[in-house]
Amino acid sequence: MAELADAAHAAAEHGAETTAQEYITHHLSYLTFGQHPDGHWGFAHTMEEATEMGFMAFHVDTLFWSLFLGGGALLFFRWIGKKATSDVPNGVQNFVESIFEFVDERVSEGFNHKNPVIAPLALTVFVWILLMNLMDLVPVDWLPEVAIFIGHFFGQEHMSFKVVPTTDPNITLGMSFSIFALIIYYSIKNKGAWGFFSELAFHPFGKWMMPFNLMIEIPTLLAKPISLGLRLFGNLYAGELLFLVISALLGLYQLPFHFVWAAFHILVVPLQAFVFMMLTIVYLNAAHDGVHH
Amino acid sequence: MDITLTIFGQSAAFFVFWWFCSTKVWPLFSNVLEERKQRIADGLEAAARAQKDLELAQNASTDQLREAKEQAALIIDQANKRASQIVEEAKGKAREEGERIIAGANAEIEQEMNRAREALREQVGAIAVAGAEKILERSIDQAANEELLSKLAAEL
Repeated sequence: MAELADAAHAAAEHGAETTAQEYITHHLSYLTFGQHPDGHWGFAHTMEEATEMGFMAFHVDTLFWSLFLGGGALLFFRWIGKKATSDVPNGVQNFVESIFEFVDERVSEGFNHKNPVIAPLALTVFVWILLMNLMDLVPVDWLPEVAIFIGHFFGQEHMSFKVVPTTDPNITLGMSFSIFALIIYYSIKNKGAWGFFSELAFHPFGKWMMPFNLMIEIPTLLAKPISLGLRLFGNLYAGELLFLVISALLGLYQLPFHFVWAAFHILVVPLQAFVFMMLTIVYLNAAHDGVHH
Repeated sequence: MDITLTIFGQSAAFFVFWWFCSTKVWPLFSNVLEERKQRIADGLEAAARAQKDLELAQNASTDQLREAKEQAALIIDQANKRASQIVEEAKGKAREEGERIIAGANAEIEQEMNRAREALREQVGAIAVAGAEKILERSIDQAANEELLSKLAAEL
């Protein structure tokens, strides 16, 4: 319901001088802290400044929400876990235990080796991504408006504030490349450097076709983290964009459309978290498998 | 797509969270779940054992009940026998006692009769002497008559 008020507010705020395109672009840009071209560090005040910073910048908004949600969930779990008993569990403990058991079952199905840190990894990834995705269901203007209100006190006019971390490729790729590093680490640990290399070099066509094999296998290997990160990013970015389009174009009349899209999107949110977790398990399982010839 | 230092921030957070979850969160829940699993298994086992115990106890109680019934029947039987025996014995004793009492009474009667007869005999002698004294009055030798009378009394 507050969505209506938000839209009205947004329309009034941006009003006549803000076109739908500007509204959407504003919502898709980040609160950026980085190194200005002249060498000093600070917040970017305009999108141009953010672009000029290039690589030497942090997306404060998405990184904050990512850390807040992931850290908050883990601290909450730890708090519940401290109080947990093996008696009949109370509601909250039961809830956390059901998530725990859900992840544990997926890991025992998909991961056929002994490694006690894989299940916690899957739990972290699943819960973290699920919460980050859920931020997509918060009406698109709520948190940015709060941020703009706070920004006024720091001389930031029309501050950008992105609240869905998984619509930032830095976040999704940051996770998927961390998992890629684990794939490499566990592959070398379990198969040896030579075993790992021979998997890439002597497969699928035998050692006389080594260059050709490498040409196939290395892109396949690299495709894993890239597809893992971009799949999540793409799904959530598209969802967020559609919310923005509905909000920008329809203003006050967005509610039914917003609701319909939210209903669809609520399927995407856990599904993408689940897919990310399952692929993490599968990739790491493959990294533990013996050498195949 | 603007890749920035954010990607490293996220990666660092990833490893820190992974470490935290593996060491500080996961063990808490896996311990609790393991413990509960163990307790449930123990409970089920105890229930199965109790079931078995119950069955054994029921069998034992059935056996004991049957035994008790048999013993009770035996005891009643013996008691009945004993009772009729006692009745028989009592009857026998009573008969004997009766006979003895009758015999005693008869003997006593006999004795009484003899005593009465003796007394009667003596009194008859005395009466005869008294009668003869009266008849004869004086001319009688006391000593000779005495002798004669006691002979007579002995003949009676």
